[in-house]
Amino acid sequence: MSDTHIPLTDVAANSPEAEQQAVPKTPVMAMFRTLTMTALLSGFLVVMVVQWAMPYIEANQKAATEAAVFNVVKGATASQSFVITGSGIVPAEQTDQDGFVVYGGYNNSGELIGLAIPGVASGYAGPVHIMFGYQPELEAITAYQVLTMTETPGLGDKVLTDENFLANFDRLDARLATDGSALANDIVTVKSGTRQNAWEIDAISGATVTSNAIGQAVNLSAQQWLPVIHQHLDSLTLDSLTMSEASE
Amino acid sequence: MSSMPKKKQEYENVTPDTFLRGLWRENPVFVMLLGMCPVLAVTNSAINAISMGLATSFVLLMSTGLISIVRHLIPKQVRIVTYIVIIASFVTIVDYIIQAISLDLYNALGAFIQLIVANCVILGRAESYASKQKPITSMVNSLGTGAGFTLALFSLGSVREILGAGSLFGINIMPAGFEPWVVMLLPAGGFFVLGAWLLLFAFVRMRKEQQEELGEGALVHGK
Repeated sequence: MSDTHIPLTDVAANSPEAEQQAVPKTPVMAMFRTLTMTALLSGFLVVMVVQWAMPYIEANQKAATEAAVFNVVKGATASQSFVITGSGIVPAEQTDQDGFVVYGGYNNSGELIGLAIPGVASGYAGPVHIMFGYQPELEAITAYQVLTMTETPGLGDKVLTDENFLANFDRLDARLATDGSALANDIVTVKSGTRQNAWEIDAISGATVTSNAIGQAVNLSAQQWLPVIHQHLDSLTLDSLTMSEASE
Repeated sequence: MSSMPKKKQEYENVTPDTFLRGLWRENPVFVMLLGMCPVLAVTNSAINAISMGLATSFVLLMSTGLISIVRHLIPKQVRIVTYIVIIASFVTIVDYIIQAISLDLYNALGAFIQLIVANCVILGRAESYASKQKPITSMVNSLGTGAGFTLALFSLGSVREILGAGSLFGINIMPAGFEPWVVMLLPAGGFFVLGAWLLLFAFVRMRKEQQEELGEGALVHGK
């Protein structure tokens, strides 16, 4: 350590430097003042902008979610978000409790025609967030959409456009087992061209990892939440408040 | 009580060159090779490239302006941290503005908006120019540098989108039989296109210098 080479005088810490360069004393007050003012000013600026931008951001997010719900629940004209809590399923506006959020899609007469359920699994380059449409009457998954992903362009992102892959989601079987506690069959992604059963997803060759991720995301979400949803199907009604908003 | 030793300040006048040199002679990407991270990462389409360029330019303009205004109040011991706080504030502002404008754009640019904080083009301008010049001069210079940065990003983004997706600004422009070069959209494509542009710029500059030398030589001989 260089400390040992400094001659031990009564002001050991400062003296060698001071003798060599006659550096002025550190302007502590100026530093303190500058940093405080800068921090205050930037905090103020950021808060102002956040105040201004928040309504727009929320509107954007709502529009994006709604677009996704309408996309996976075909024919829906209104949507309502629900929180799955420990005690049941309640509309998101009526609770502060945290929980898994699902979306109901309703037709013009306010009947539930499908549910949009989010899911996530690890893809090739990061998490793949999806949303899939579930029709309680058919007990089948009828559409899916990717919300965000960072998969390789041209390879992994074929899952968005490949017609054969999208055809898997034409009534993908999601029946519950007889005791209603889980799916009758795991939804699995199988090697490209080997799909045999209605609960299997044909992978895209060249995008196997991403195809698997989507299968897993659907399966995880469906296994966990479809039994709960089926128990509480009655509480998934469009409440009158949203109805009137939708009709306006 | 700023105890900075009073140096003799040399202020530049605002000339066209204050703006123009950022575009060409001191282009941050093609000449100074600064801020390569967003240059390679978000130039996979023309619109992403331009958005990133504009976001960076905005941060650059606002932060160098502010830094230049308060330059005498900042003790040199804490100048870098002050610059970073100022830059970070404007980056946060841009971040929220982009979220308010379009979530798709926000998702496409991803973490690279926040990373503008660490973009050395901005810190470089702040340290080497804005901290020594008057606000107007600094802002004109920043505008030029920002325009140069945006131009460079667009040069990469347009080439990568045309070759990698066969389109420009999302509009198909290549003939029907065109098979997109997917590699151009991948990070590797960024390096390829950047290399090609650097080669072109170096070539043009070399030719220009050679011609100037030749021209001078001819004049000498002519006398």
